[in-house]
Amino acid sequence: MSTARIRAHRRLQAFRIAVFVLLGLFFVVPLGSMAAYSIRVPGGGRTLEFWKQLGQDPDLRGAIVTSLELAFLTVALMLVLLVPTMIWVRLRVLWMSRVVEFLCLLPLTIPAIVLVVGLKGVYAWVTYFFGDSSLTLTFAYVVLVLPYAYRSIDAGLASIDVITLSEAARSLGANWFTVITRIVVPNIGSALLSAAFISVALVLGEFTLASLLNYNNLQVVINLLGKSDSQTSVAASLASLIFAFVLLVMLSFVGRRRSARRATIVIAPAPQPMKEG
Amino acid sequence: MTTTTVGTSEGLEVRIEDLRRSFGGVKALDGLSITLAPGELVALLGPSGCGKTTALRIVAGLDEPDGGRVVVGDRDVTDVSASKRDMGMVFQAYSLFPHMTAQQNVEFGLKLRGHDAGKRRARAGEVLELVGLSAHKDKYASQMSGGQQQRVALARALAIEPSVLLLDEPLSALDAKVRAQLRDEIRRVQLEVGTTTLFVTHDQEEALAIADRVGVMSQGRLEQLDAPEVLYSRPASAFVASFVGLMNRVPCEVRNGHAEVLGQQITTLDGSIESGSGVALVRPEQVTLTDQSRGPAATVVHLSFLGSYSRTTVQLRDGTELLVQVPASTGRDLRVGGTVSVSLVASALLVSGDAR
Repeated sequence: MSTARIRAHRRLQAFRIAVFVLLGLFFVVPLGSMAAYSIRVPGGGRTLEFWKQLGQDPDLRGAIVTSLELAFLTVALMLVLLVPTMIWVRLRVLWMSRVVEFLCLLPLTIPAIVLVVGLKGVYAWVTYFFGDSSLTLTFAYVVLVLPYAYRSIDAGLASIDVITLSEAARSLGANWFTVITRIVVPNIGSALLSAAFISVALVLGEFTLASLLNYNNLQVVINLLGKSDSQTSVAASLASLIFAFVLLVMLSFVGRRRSARRATIVIAPAPQPMKEG
Repeated sequence: MTTTTVGTSEGLEVRIEDLRRSFGGVKALDGLSITLAPGELVALLGPSGCGKTTALRIVAGLDEPDGGRVVVGDRDVTDVSASKRDMGMVFQAYSLFPHMTAQQNVEFGLKLRGHDAGKRRARAGEVLELVGLSAHKDKYASQMSGGQQQRVALARALAIEPSVLLLDEPLSALDAKVRAQLRDEIRRVQLEVGTTTLFVTHDQEEALAIADRVGVMSQGRLEQLDAPEVLYSRPASAFVASFVGLMNRVPCEVRNGHAEVLGQQITTLDGSIESGSGVALVRPEQVTLTDQSRGPAATVVHLSFLGSYSRTTVQLRDGTELLVQVPASTGRDLRVGGTVSVSLVASALLVSGDAR
């Protein structure tokens, strides 16, 4: 390698390290500060008292349970709604794919406050039918996670030849339910996990809708707690951040392991509604 | 490879009756009718967009016709769903289920039919051995070559002992050598199991090599359905003549069932024009070149050595160019720019009246 090339390579390496350090500091400094604040004793010293209180405060405990239930219900409802719909669109009504994509991505473009104004009216009926449990937030959260879940599942479906695989299964005697559950879903497992984890992370961190619709979830309670016990509130915030972070790291590992196992599964052609020949 | 006893079937007659299918305003199938005899392998051949794949998909139940019906044995299956038609299909694209091994792929159809694990394993072993892939039964699709994947797909289709086997250009994604090998293997296996088979291809060599009968399609219609030899030597239309094999178009005059082509009187085939000016369709091997003045003189303009034979282009005095296939020994005596005499060795020719 020539000297000029070596110099250019070193400059690039230095630039990469600088970017990495800067971005690292951007994330680590606030988190580190939160961690330091959550164990600080006013007047000096360190304590884990505020972290211990996370499990003792009944409101906070209730909110954690509610948020986890919301995350579970949101993921379940999102998968039940989105997976069969997207598979069906690819297999039978490809011309609808743009419409479905537009509808799914729409929540990205609507500010939360506008969404709340719309949802207020809807939730009068939701409360009428389902009661005023915080778990009814599931319906709003499914709308909220649609864009991320759609992108993830869409990428999964694009990585396999859904049409040919389903036709092969049908010619062997499989009905549509079998095609979806035993052929398509097992081949888009990483995409479904990704959609689920992103949805969980989003639901655990959601504050605006819950607060403006007057429901209690983890973030709403953390916010309330912050007004009376700021250090426990920061500890709870940090804990939920770490939980979401761990989820996303798990996701990347699961995805990597799956793709390593079946590295070159299929070459996926662009979906075609009908082959003429 | 050892010969395996695989559940052979007698094969059922398949009747495709007056199938019609349009996409928008385009007629993909325009009254297609074919009858496949029990155990017969029929190839549908034609250019892209001629409707051959549409026909196969309708037979498979993957598409619905606008009119007409599909009858297998005595059973009208036109309105039966694909999953209940009892047909095995091999697709153009690789269609093995990526999350299953070769053996699991082959067992899939048997599992849906409620066979127990032991029976499934035994049957999968039989068909995998039939296609020569017993040693690869634990491999995933990603660990196999294209040819191996298509063999497993064939084994998977045969494992369920289908009443009809449908092959949708299964060799088109493979390289030439593997394609030729697998082509012969498909024929061997089909003869062994005796399943009535419909094979769709745009490759004439493939169709002529393995089919009992070849149907040439154009614009949603069947132009001709005949044995490969008949299709080649006695084409029913100008389209068939030009689509199957190479063909020269030589202007001629037709009178009383005879055409005057290159100074020779040749009988015209059925389907030819009755009289007047036309175009005689002449195969390259029906033209001979000599250095004696037996026929019209022509100039050699191009010469290609192709192993056992040579292909040359000669130009007649009136500017007409002819493609001629001659033995390599004759080809060696030819020189570009040299003059030769052209004559025909055909007993009968098809004479077309149009310029198709």
